[in-house]
Parts: sequence; structure tokens; C-alpha cells
Amino acid sequence: MAQQALLSPEAVIEEFNKNGVTHVVYLPDSETNWMYQLMQADHTLDLIPVSREGESIAIAAGLIAGGKKPVVLIQNTGMLESGDSIRGIAKDCQMPVVMLVGYRGWTRHGPTPDSAARYTEPTLRAWEVPYYLIEHDEDASRITAAFDDAARSSGPVAVLVGDEYHGFNR
Amino acid sequence: MINQVDLMAVVEKHRNNGVVVPTMTGSRGWNAVSNNKDRDIPLGGAMGKASSFALGVALAQPDLKVFVFDGDGSLLMNLGTLVTVAEKAPKNFYHFVLENGVYAVTGGQPIPGVDKLSFAGMAKEAGYAAAYEFDDLEDFASRADEVLEAEGPVFICFKTTPEIQNEPIGLRPASGVKPTRVAIKDLMADLGV
Ligand SMILES: Cc1ncc(C[n+]2csc(CCOP(=O)(O)OP(=O)(O)O)c2C)c(N)n1
Ligand SMILES: [Mg+2]
Repeated sequence: MAQQALLSPEAVIEEFNKNGVTHVVYLPDSETNWMYQLMQADHTLDLIPVSREGESIAIAAGLIAGGKKPVVLIQNTGMLESGDSIRGIAKDCQMPVVMLVGYRGWTRHGPTPDSAARYTEPTLRAWEVPYYLIEHDEDASRITAAFDDAARSSGPVAVLVGDEYHGFNR
Repeated sequence: MINQVDLMAVVEKHRNNGVVVPTMTGSRGWNAVSNNKDRDIPLGGAMGKASSFALGVALAQPDLKVFVFDGDGSLLMNLGTLVTVAEKAPKNFYHFVLENGVYAVTGGQPIPGVDKLSFAGMAKEAGYAAAYEFDDLEDFASRADEVLEAEGPVFICFKTTPEIQNEPIGLRPASGVKPTRVAIKDLMADLGV
């Protein structure tokens, strides 16, 4: 069987542009470096680096309140750190915050030794945050689905980037 | 020591059409003096994140001034915000901390580092354009024009008298402060976004 195309950073950024994203509020992980370079080159995207991930949810909510369309880009470790902001701001204030979450430790094959991966989906379910998994370019349109879902439900939605070995790199 | 409502009355004269984001006991105080509640976002739902939310508003609306009344315990919970704000350096961002030395909402327990740390010092070293500290309202009032017209991000630490809340939650008088969710809707309608 031919190998499926992996998830390219271009496909992700195309989705951002299609959805009118104005700001990317982010803290890098080891998989997103190439994505970072591409975002910097895209002058329609304003990048906001944070010191700690919980800030990113509140900053994104403030941007929405001011009329902009942000996306949050963090690792699942940072998502776990952001729980009180996801709950107290995105959920309770009904803010359509879309988070792209690097799915560290995710695997389809064999055991999942990384607790960051094992905790990710049960935590999102406990927090009542809907989520989508993207692994290949063909899945990229689920980013649009996430934006639609966030707008419809007036709440946060996660997109888990489960690209096992490759991340956003080439 | 400064009474926080007296301080807020001075700030209100300078806010014009600016957005104000108070938190913790500051939310109640600001609610008592504000003349433009459509542009107030009292935010206590995620402790420490008022300044982060305000940063988002400031970056989205660069022509509007955004004022934050942070708590000292709240700021300690999110000190990285000082660096995040300084990195983006919004010229319209005015970050006040009400340094009352305690967690007033939860009964007045001292914050760690009280009498050792300097919030203004931390903001200055994080890279804010200017950082001030006032423990006398007259001093501030006489310089408010200059300080609140200065290009941001501006940080001001006010040494305030704690308004400690000790009654059981259920017995506390209603604050009259709008839920954040409603305040955000009102702001968006007022801004036409
Ligand atoms: C993450 C988190 N930890 C603890 C609390 C409990 N809590 C609610 S208000 C408060 C004190 C707030 O202190 P400060 O920011 O100094 O404001 P003040 O009450 O002095 O106005 C605390 C600790 C909380 N709401 N969230
Ligand atoms: Mg305090």
C-alpha cells in the first residue's frame, strides 16, 4: 500500500487562512519548528508567543472579544496546564477558542508509554471539550470543522495533531 | 496606603472610552465607580488571567486604551504575563496591581514574598516601557495625567488597604458585578465586532 501523505505545515496554514485566522497564540514543541518558520513568513498571521500555556487561552479570548480570530497552538502537556483557563474562560464565558494541540506520545501501534498522550483524550472528555484528530493532509479540513463547531457551540474545541513521528516537520 | 475605590475614581476620570479589566476585590470596587459598564470586563473565573485577557483585547483594538486592575496574589499566579506583555509591547496597555499584601477574597492570608518582592521592579526588568509604585493617592493623582498618557505598556503598583472578605460565601452581599460572559457580549456589541 502506498504510504499516505503526512500532515504538511502548508496544509495547516492554508486552513488558518481559509478560516480568516488573524493571530496565532503559541508555545512551541519539538514538532512545530517548521510550522513556526512558515507562520513567520505569512504576513497575515500575527504571532503571540506566551510564557506559559494557560495564558494562551485567556489571550485568545481577549482577541475574540476585540473582534479578531485567533488560534491557539500548544502541546498536550501545555493543554493539561491550561485547565483552569479552558474551564473558567473558554467554557464559562462561551468563547469559541480553537486550540491546535500537539499530541505528544500519540501512537496507533502498540502501547502508549507517554502519560501526556494517555491523559489527553480522557481529560478533554472530562472537560467537555470536543476534539478532532488530524494525522494527514487529507484530515486538514477538520480544522475548518473545528472552527465551525466552536462558533456553533460557543465554546472551545481542540484539534489534536497526531502525526506520530513527523509532526509539522517535513 | 491607598483606598482602592478612591484610586479607581481617579482612574475613571482618565479612562475615556477605554476598556477596563478588574479582578478579585478590584471588580467590586471598579463596579462602584465605573461610568461605562459596557466597556468593563470583570474577570475572576481563572485566577491570574485578567492581564492575559486584557492583552488580547489590547492587541485586537490598538486604538483603545486597556486598563487592568490585577490582584497581587493573582499576578503571582501568572508572573510570566509580564514577559509576554513586554514582548508584544502594546502601547495602549496599562497594567495596575493592587498590592494589598493578601488574598483578600479568601480571608486575608498573606501572599508569599510580601515585603520582599517588588512588582514594579519585576515589570521594569521584564521590559515594560515604564513601571511605577505609589503608596499615596495624592502623589498618583498629581501625576496621573503624565503616567496615564505615557506610551505603554505601563505598569503601576499601588499599595492598597485590603478589603478582606471573611463571611461565608453564601452570606456575602451580592456584588452586582456582571458575569464575565455577559460583559464580553456587551463589549463586543459596543465595539460593533
Ligand atoms: C487557581 C486558583 N487558586 C485559588 C483560588 C482561590 N482564590 C479565589 S480569590 C483568591 C485570592 C485573590 O487574591 P488577590 O489576587 O491578591 O486579590 P484580592 O483578593 O487581594 O483582591 C484565591 C486564592 C482560585 N480561585 N483559583
Ligand atoms: Mg491581594
